[in-house]
Amino acid sequence: MALLEVQDLHTRFRTEDGMVKAVSGVSFELDRGETLGVVGESGSGKSVTFLTVMGLVDPRQAEMAGSVRFDDKEILGLTTHGLKGIRGKRIGMIFQDPMTSLNPVKRIGWQLEEAVLIHNDVPRKEARRRALEVLEEVEIPKADTRMDDYAHQFSGGMRQRVMIAMALINQPELLIADEPTTALDVTTQAQILRLIGKLQKDHGMAVVMITHDLGVVAELANDVIVMYGGRIVEDAKVDDLFEKPEMPYTWGLLGSLPRVDVDVERLEQIPGQPPSLLRPPPGCAFNPRCAYVFDRCRTELPELRAAEGKDDHHFRCHLDGADRARIWTQKAAAIARGESAA
Amino acid sequence: MAAFLVRRTFWALFLFVAASMVTYILFFIIPSDPAALSCGHACTPPIVNHIRMELGLDLPVYQQYWDFVWNIVRHGNFGRSFVNGTPVRTFLQHEIPVTASIVFGGVIVYLAIAIPTGIISALRPRSIMDRLGMVFVLIGISAPSVWVGIMLLYLVGFRLGWTPINGYCSLQSSHQLGTCGGFWPWMSHLILPWITLAVGSAALYTRLIRANVMETMSEDYVRTARAKGASPQRVLVQHVLRNSMLQVVTILGMDLGLLLGGVVFIEIVFSLPGLGQQILLAYGRFDLPVIVGITMFACLAVIVFNFLVDVLYAWLDPRIRLS
Repeated sequence: MALLEVQDLHTRFRTEDGMVKAVSGVSFELDRGETLGVVGESGSGKSVTFLTVMGLVDPRQAEMAGSVRFDDKEILGLTTHGLKGIRGKRIGMIFQDPMTSLNPVKRIGWQLEEAVLIHNDVPRKEARRRALEVLEEVEIPKADTRMDDYAHQFSGGMRQRVMIAMALINQPELLIADEPTTALDVTTQAQILRLIGKLQKDHGMAVVMITHDLGVVAELANDVIVMYGGRIVEDAKVDDLFEKPEMPYTWGLLGSLPRVDVDVERLEQIPGQPPSLLRPPPGCAFNPRCAYVFDRCRTELPELRAAEGKDDHHFRCHLDGADRARIWTQKAAAIARGESAA
Repeated sequence: MAAFLVRRTFWALFLFVAASMVTYILFFIIPSDPAALSCGHACTPPIVNHIRMELGLDLPVYQQYWDFVWNIVRHGNFGRSFVNGTPVRTFLQHEIPVTASIVFGGVIVYLAIAIPTGIISALRPRSIMDRLGMVFVLIGISAPSVWVGIMLLYLVGFRLGWTPINGYCSLQSSHQLGTCGGFWPWMSHLILPWITLAVGSAALYTRLIRANVMETMSEDYVRTARAKGASPQRVLVQHVLRNSMLQVVTILGMDLGLLLGGVVFIEIVFSLPGLGQQILLAYGRFDLPVIVGITMFACLAVIVFNFLVDVLYAWLDPRIRLS
C-alpha cells in the first residue's frame, strides 16, 4: 500500500472572472521512502496540487474533488481538527520563499518549539531541547545561540535550513518540498539539496520535490511527474524520463536544460506562454506551443496512456509511436551535439 | 534596544524644543504688542510700559525665549492669563483631566468595538457579520460627530433621562459643596461623550483592523503555521494579531496625541470644561499665555505618544529594534 495515494484530484478557484482550473484530474502514488519529483512551469498546478493535499487551500475560495489518501486514510477536505496528528506531524512541508515563510516577530527557537508543542504533550524545556537537536541536524552553526535570533538575522540559505528543521522536527513520514531552492543562490541550492537528500536517507522518509528544475529531479528523485496546464502530461521513472521522454513538452524541458559537458550555442526555449487556467485551450493544453501540433490536438484532450512496453511510464500525446520515436531520436542527437533542436 | 531608546529620546527632546520655538515665535514675537493686548481697552502708555517690563518684553528675544522655556521646564509655569491673572497652570490642572477622561474613555470604547468587529470581519469576509460590520462602518464614517452627540443628548439624556445632559464630574470623590465626584457620577457624565467620540473612530479602526488582519492572513508565514498543524485559534493569536497590529498602533498613537490637544466639538456639545473649550475661549480674548500653554501641552502630548508608539513598535517588531 502506498503512503500517499492521490486519485483524480481537482482544485478549482472561484474568481470574479470564473473558475480557475488549477488542478484537473491528477492521480499518482508515492511509496514510503521514495522520492517523487514534480516538474512544471509556474502555473502548471504543481504547487496547488500539494497545497490541496496538505489542506492548505481555503475551501471558501476553491472547490476540491477527488481523493487524497495518506496511509490509507482519506484526508481531502478535512479541517485542521481532522488533520490533527497528520499535518505537521506525519507530513511536513517546506516552501519556496524562506524570506517570508518564517514569522518575523517570533524567535526562531519559539517557532520550532511551537511545532513540537502542537503535536506533543511535553514541557517547553523538552521542546527546546528537540528544537536545538534539529537545528544542529540541519547544520546551523552555533545553534544554541541562534535559537534566540529572529528570522531577519539569518541568510536565505540558513532560513531555509530553519524551515527544513521545522518540517522535520516531528520526524514526518512524508516531506513535501515546494521549490525549496528556487529563491536561493546556486551554491546554497546545492547545499540545501544535499541536506534534504541526506536527511531523507537518515530518516527514511518519502519526499515530494516540487521544482521547475529537471536537474534537481535528476539528482534526487526516483519517479517524476511532469505537469502542464493543471494536468499530469507525463509520469515515469526518472531514468526512463531522461532516456526516452514521450511528449513534446517534456522534450522542450529537456532541451532547455543547461549543460556543461557540451558546448551549447543557445539554450532551447519553449515558445509562448503557459496556458490560461481560466480559459484553457480546447484539446491538448500544450497545442498552442507545440511544434508537432495537428488538427486532433486542437479538439481532443489526449488520454494519459502507457508508453510501449512500460506500465510505469505514462504520457499525454496524440502523436503515434513511430513519430515520437523518430522526433526524439533527432532531438536527443541535437541536444547531445549542443544544438538548438527547435 | 538601549541605543534605540536613547536615539528616540533625543529625537523627542529635539522635537519638543522645536515645537516650543515655533509656538513662541508665533504667539509672542509676531503679534505687534503683547503688552498692549494684555491690558485691554483702558490703557495709558505708562501702564503699557510697565507691563512690557513685567512681561520681560524689553529684553532681547533669545533671553525672552530662554526665560519662557526655563519657566516651563523648571517651574511648570506658563505665565498668567492676560484676562484675569489666573496662572495658566491652574487652567491646565483643571482642564487636562476633563479632556483626558473624554479621550481615554472614548479610545477604550472604540477599540473595544473595533478590534473584535475588525477581526471577525476579516476572518469571515462576506459573511453576515462582515456585512453588518460594514454597514455600521459606513454609518459611523458618514455621521458627523456633532450630530451624533446632539442626537444622543436629546434621545438618551433628555427624552429617556438615563444620563446627565451636560457638565463634568471629577473621578475623585468630592466633599465640597456644589461639586460632584466619584466613579459612577464621572462615568454617567462621560458615557455619551465617549460614545460620540467612538462612533466615527470605531468605524475607521474596524476598517483598518479588517484590512490588516486580512493582509496578514495571506502571509507566507501564516501558511507555514497552518502547515505545522496549528489550530485556527493559535494561528490567529500567535501569528496574525501581533503582525497586524503594527499599523493600528501607529495610528492610535497619532490619534491619542491629537485628541489630547482638545476634543472641541464634544466638549462644546456636552458642555465639558476641557482644553478645547478653553483654547477656543482664549482665542476669542487674545489670551496669549493660555493659548500658548494649551498649545504646548498638545505638542507634548503628540510627542510623548509618538515616542510611546516608537517604543511599542520596536517591542512588537524586532526588525525595527536593530535597524
